[in-house]
Amino acid sequence: MAATPAEIDRQWASLRAATHARIGLPRAGSAIATQANLAFQLAHAEARDAVNDALDALALVDGLQSRGLRTVPLHSAARDRRAYLLRPDLGRRLDDASHDRLASLSSDYDIVFVIADGLSARATSHALPLLDEALPLLHRDAWKIGPICVAEQGRVAIGDEIGQLLAAKLVVVLIGERPGLSSPDSLGAYLTFAPRIGRTDAERNCLSNIRPAGMPYSQAAQRLAFLCTEARRRKLTGIELKDETPRAQYDHSLPETCRLPPRSE
Amino acid sequence: MYATTIRGTRYAFQDLKSLMAKAAPLRSGDCLAGIAAASAAERVAAQMALADLPLSTFLNEPLIPYEEDEVTRLIIDSHDAEAFAPIASLTVGGLRDWLLSDSATSATLTALAPGLTPEMAAAVSKISRNQDLIAIAAKCRVVTRFRDTIGLPGCLSSRIQPNHPTDDPKGILASAIDGLLLGAGDAVIGINPALDSPQRCYDLLRLIDDLRAKLDIPTQSCVLAHVTTTLRLIKQGAPVDLVFQSIGGTEGANRSFGIDLALLREAHAAALSLRRGTIGDNVMYFETGQGSALSANAHHGCDQQTLEARAYAVARAFKPLLVNTVVGFIGPEYLFDGKQIIRAGLEDHFCGKLLGLPMGCDACYTNHAEADQDDMDVLLTLLGVAGVAYVMGVPGADDIMLNYQSTSYHDVLAVRQTLNLSPAPEFAEWLKAMGLMNDRGLVRPEALPAPFAPLLTKA
Repeated sequence: MAATPAEIDRQWASLRAATHARIGLPRAGSAIATQANLAFQLAHAEARDAVNDALDALALVDGLQSRGLRTVPLHSAARDRRAYLLRPDLGRRLDDASHDRLASLSSDYDIVFVIADGLSARATSHALPLLDEALPLLHRDAWKIGPICVAEQGRVAIGDEIGQLLAAKLVVVLIGERPGLSSPDSLGAYLTFAPRIGRTDAERNCLSNIRPAGMPYSQAAQRLAFLCTEARRRKLTGIELKDETPRAQYDHSLPETCRLPPRSE
Repeated sequence: MYATTIRGTRYAFQDLKSLMAKAAPLRSGDCLAGIAAASAAERVAAQMALADLPLSTFLNEPLIPYEEDEVTRLIIDSHDAEAFAPIASLTVGGLRDWLLSDSATSATLTALAPGLTPEMAAAVSKISRNQDLIAIAAKCRVVTRFRDTIGLPGCLSSRIQPNHPTDDPKGILASAIDGLLLGAGDAVIGINPALDSPQRCYDLLRLIDDLRAKLDIPTQSCVLAHVTTTLRLIKQGAPVDLVFQSIGGTEGANRSFGIDLALLREAHAAALSLRRGTIGDNVMYFETGQGSALSANAHHGCDQQTLEARAYAVARAFKPLLVNTVVGFIGPEYLFDGKQIIRAGLEDHFCGKLLGLPMGCDACYTNHAEADQDDMDVLLTLLGVAGVAYVMGVPGADDIMLNYQSTSYHDVLAVRQTLNLSPAPEFAEWLKAMGLMNDRGLVRPEALPAPFAPLLTKA
């Protein structure tokens, strides 16, 4: 039966603490024993549910307006989740009604925030507490902040069209990242200077894994404000703009392997 | 122009790559590229037209022009006409029938491999059912060696993939030891670094090489860094066993990976110069995956499975120890669900084996694909039946750095037990000597092997 003998199990303790990987699992014959197997299934179920959850845009808009923030509800050209998954190009563009709505608004801002569901609508629950910490830092430096855009079925690049229409110098897209097995609610923050349709990922900076169990709000806000300030000063974002805040060396963000497509794209 | 008529309806295909694309079993990446068949009937019509196509067509009509693409030039220039001669008069359909016939033995298939182009293999796969892909691949034998022997009949090897989100050495060591205790690692102990920096990769190489040396394990180590990083490490005297690189099936796809054939040749020569293999000199490790060319906008209007097969032409030019497709990693816009992932995994294994590669597979999926561990069980079992050289061993199937799910050390044990497969013979001897494998060939350790004890306490 349970197959890691007690003696091995005891000696595992120090190593097991060094990683969240599923090591030292109890066995049943060659297979993983029931409890550990079901723990995996639960983690996957939560990740799947996170992908399929719909964004409660009304509640999000309410939350923003109760803070006195102007908001604009938008929708991408991907009409539903299936279209979103199959056609990345549609999630990067606004639908016609959203485009027209934005085009009719006044423009010319230092910065515009977009909140998008991406691959995890539940991750957007971290957007409000993050803004609560980040906006005061920006107000301190007299940033002209545009309306907060809430985009359903949106990908990172939808910020390019939004920022372009609002003539924003900088756009920050707060978006649900692809859920991991132990992180169904990671929020990413993607910064793009001089947003316009056709920007590439190499022209963006990203803070990843924003959530209480990952990068806490206050730390994320500090780093976001730092990147925004540097982007404005140097008039660029992307690979030439490094995050040099003291905590950056501990960043668990996007691994730079040649195997990994961007998590939200 | 190619065409076929079915009960009065004429289906026309404007060129060879269009015929290939429309004959491909349905997958989201070809739909995304706008080149898939418009209907199920059109798909079969294309398959019928393709079945009647003489194989020699592929030698005379490159899908991507010879002048524009160095992968095409590699395919055409390295084609072995003598090996091709026995099937030179066949059509694609005739080749399928021949491959399934008793004339196609392990020996004749080995002799045939240099005479096949990737496009021929891809074409046959498109008119084959999963059963055919399994039955034919199971007849192919490709054996490679470095410190142990990969690909022998009755063997299934595995890679230990002990990744960690911050490359923490202790965390990586923990996952690697877990794998060894579960009988994994005879293909390679291979780490995907979270950060592709030379210093980081050097430290990880030392870590795994020390582990291997201390325990005297007959296997090889690899840090799956970019080839330029590994080249630099070789020049600095790092203990590089295998050179890794992701590769694609077009010159443009390879450029998006930051490589070309000349760079791979340089790396291959550098790795050979180290002479670290004890029983063989297969020193390259390649990963591939359908959809990489399209995602790099370098697909030339070709379907993703054909381009995947062309990546194998790149691989086989370097006599690799290991090649695996990372079949579900790329996401649902290329392979939507378990059905598409399973089909693609079998196609990739089939084409790789037919072209003479030591083909393995990372049977995997992301959380936004319509797939789950049951689908991986199906694919892993089918690949085991098809004679796959190696698969992945990830702790609990959950890669905490790359954020996707693959196959676990336990899954490998289960498939070995069910299908009566063994690890590489040298590695099996080591497992027995360590007391990790019993007389029935099952990995059932009753105590921690003595040489492991200092690793657990000191780590």
